[in-house]
Amino acid sequence: MAKQVQLGKNPRWLTAVYYIIIIFFTLFAVYPILRVITISLRPGDMLHTTSLAIIPENWTLRNYIDLFTQQDFLLWMRNSALVSLFTTLLGVGLASTAGYGFSRYHFTGRKAGMITLLTTQMFPLTMLLLPLFVMLVKLHIYDTLIGLVIAYSATALPFTIWQMKGYYDTIPDSLEEAARIDGCNEFMAFYKIIFPLAAPALVITALFSFMTAWSEYLVAAVLISDQHLFTLPLGLKQFQSNFDTQWGLYAAGALVVSIPVMALFLALSRWLVSGLTLGSVKG
Amino acid sequence: MTNPYSFKDFWTQAKQNRLAYYYILPAFIIMGMVVIYPFVYNIILSFSNMSLSRFKDWQLVGFRQYVRVFSDPVFYVVLGKTIIWTVINLTFHVVLGVGLALILNNPLRGRAIFRTLLVLPWAVPQYITALTWRGMFNYRYGAVNLWLLKLSPVLEKIQSFMHSLFGVHMGMPPYEWLSSPTGAFTAAIITNIWLGFPFMMIVALGGLQAIPHDLYEAADIDGASRWQKFWQITYPLIKPVMIPAVTLGVIWTFNNFNVIWLVSNGGNPADSTHILVSYVYKAVFTHYRYAYSAALSIVIFLILLTFGINFIRKTQATESAY
Repeated sequence: MAKQVQLGKNPRWLTAVYYIIIIFFTLFAVYPILRVITISLRPGDMLHTTSLAIIPENWTLRNYIDLFTQQDFLLWMRNSALVSLFTTLLGVGLASTAGYGFSRYHFTGRKAGMITLLTTQMFPLTMLLLPLFVMLVKLHIYDTLIGLVIAYSATALPFTIWQMKGYYDTIPDSLEEAARIDGCNEFMAFYKIIFPLAAPALVITALFSFMTAWSEYLVAAVLISDQHLFTLPLGLKQFQSNFDTQWGLYAAGALVVSIPVMALFLALSRWLVSGLTLGSVKG
Repeated sequence: MTNPYSFKDFWTQAKQNRLAYYYILPAFIIMGMVVIYPFVYNIILSFSNMSLSRFKDWQLVGFRQYVRVFSDPVFYVVLGKTIIWTVINLTFHVVLGVGLALILNNPLRGRAIFRTLLVLPWAVPQYITALTWRGMFNYRYGAVNLWLLKLSPVLEKIQSFMHSLFGVHMGMPPYEWLSSPTGAFTAAIITNIWLGFPFMMIVALGGLQAIPHDLYEAADIDGASRWQKFWQITYPLIKPVMIPAVTLGVIWTFNNFNVIWLVSNGGNPADSTHILVSYVYKAVFTHYRYAYSAALSIVIFLILLTFGINFIRKTQATESAY
């Protein structure tokens, strides 16, 4: 061979340009988060300051202490945790069975059902809010956490059902056939054999449902008015009222709320995307 | 084959697949309650005259609300803004996302760390992103203006250069981000660009990693340039991955209530910062124009549905091409 081909070898100047671009956008991505950390560490007399220092002068954890002791933060957290927990349980139960039905049976209405799920993704949420509000009032579950759980389970379902179906499709039918021969009935074959095998997809479904419920603002703003039932988003928004924004408390709260979700998310991002693209391409 | 339109055949297959219906029924009951029933109710409302004063004794009035929607000049202004909002956001999301993915696909030191840090904006709950950026756009204490003030000597030079070149003048910082209509809209767009590019980046990275390496080796042997390799190999092969992501991106951005509403604090100043979804929300929950909003909602849905159907056709076309 006349010429040695060197793969993946970039000229020096190009590598330098790459680094400049990547560092610039990394700063852009990280800076707002750093800024929230800074503000959360500021002492009470320094909230109106024009300083850009990352670690503020006389930094303190006062805001965090106040958040847990002086505010309703723990109450909001309890409400959000309850809503998220039940949304997750309901979501996993419904998506794991519905996904299985769509994956294994060729019944009339199968395609229509899948397409309906996809179409609901195009509904503007604001369109559903008023009828939902009216219905929950009629059912006497307006301004309750149960109403919120039902609403959130349904928002997460189209994605999680597609995701579960996609995963079941990769498990061969022969497993169920073998189970049937060994004397399982149809439902037992699903429950005893396939359900445990789908554990990775179940984890994604669970975490996706949890995150949907943990981070949702708009539906909660419409369906909850009782201050004792406020979830975290409603509570944190309250810190930012028009006249007197409590930036320190808001920043501390925002961090406490986001860090667990961010950790989960980073662990999951790869699978979330593969589910998304698979689901939509097959539509 | 059974005939799906024959009642008898339907029953035969329904008996065979009885269990399938049991499996999907619970999910569809919840979906029916929260999504399908409200959707149907909304269609009926859109042909009615329901409002706060006619909450109980409303009646069907035909297409009157739709006529109102289309004869209101504000609708076209907000629609235009929504399109601008969607196009600018998606352009930035895709260009930044794909660009950064192309760079990260090179053997750089610290690649994994950069990748993780660049995904962070996507991981932050959306309402927190919006509220935090709102704070950063504060006129006096917000980080954006503080940094721009620090950089003002440099900005001044750029400004005078731009002025001599194009005759535009932007004015110097501090800028009125949240109290002027263009400022607030720009602030919301910057916020949304921040939270949206990581998704495109991750999707593009996935697509890039799936491209077989020997294609590039073959191109190298043929003496192809960097540019040629991009347009002849990379572009056609990540396109099928990007199209669904872009479509989802368009739908999410078009319907993204949180950012525009929370950054501008409900469409401020003076309801100038709205896209269609926030405009509908305001019409329902502030002005109680129920029937009108229902009609407007249906119009929004139909716009997205047309877009979505086109997309499904297109992906089917690309799928058969490969």
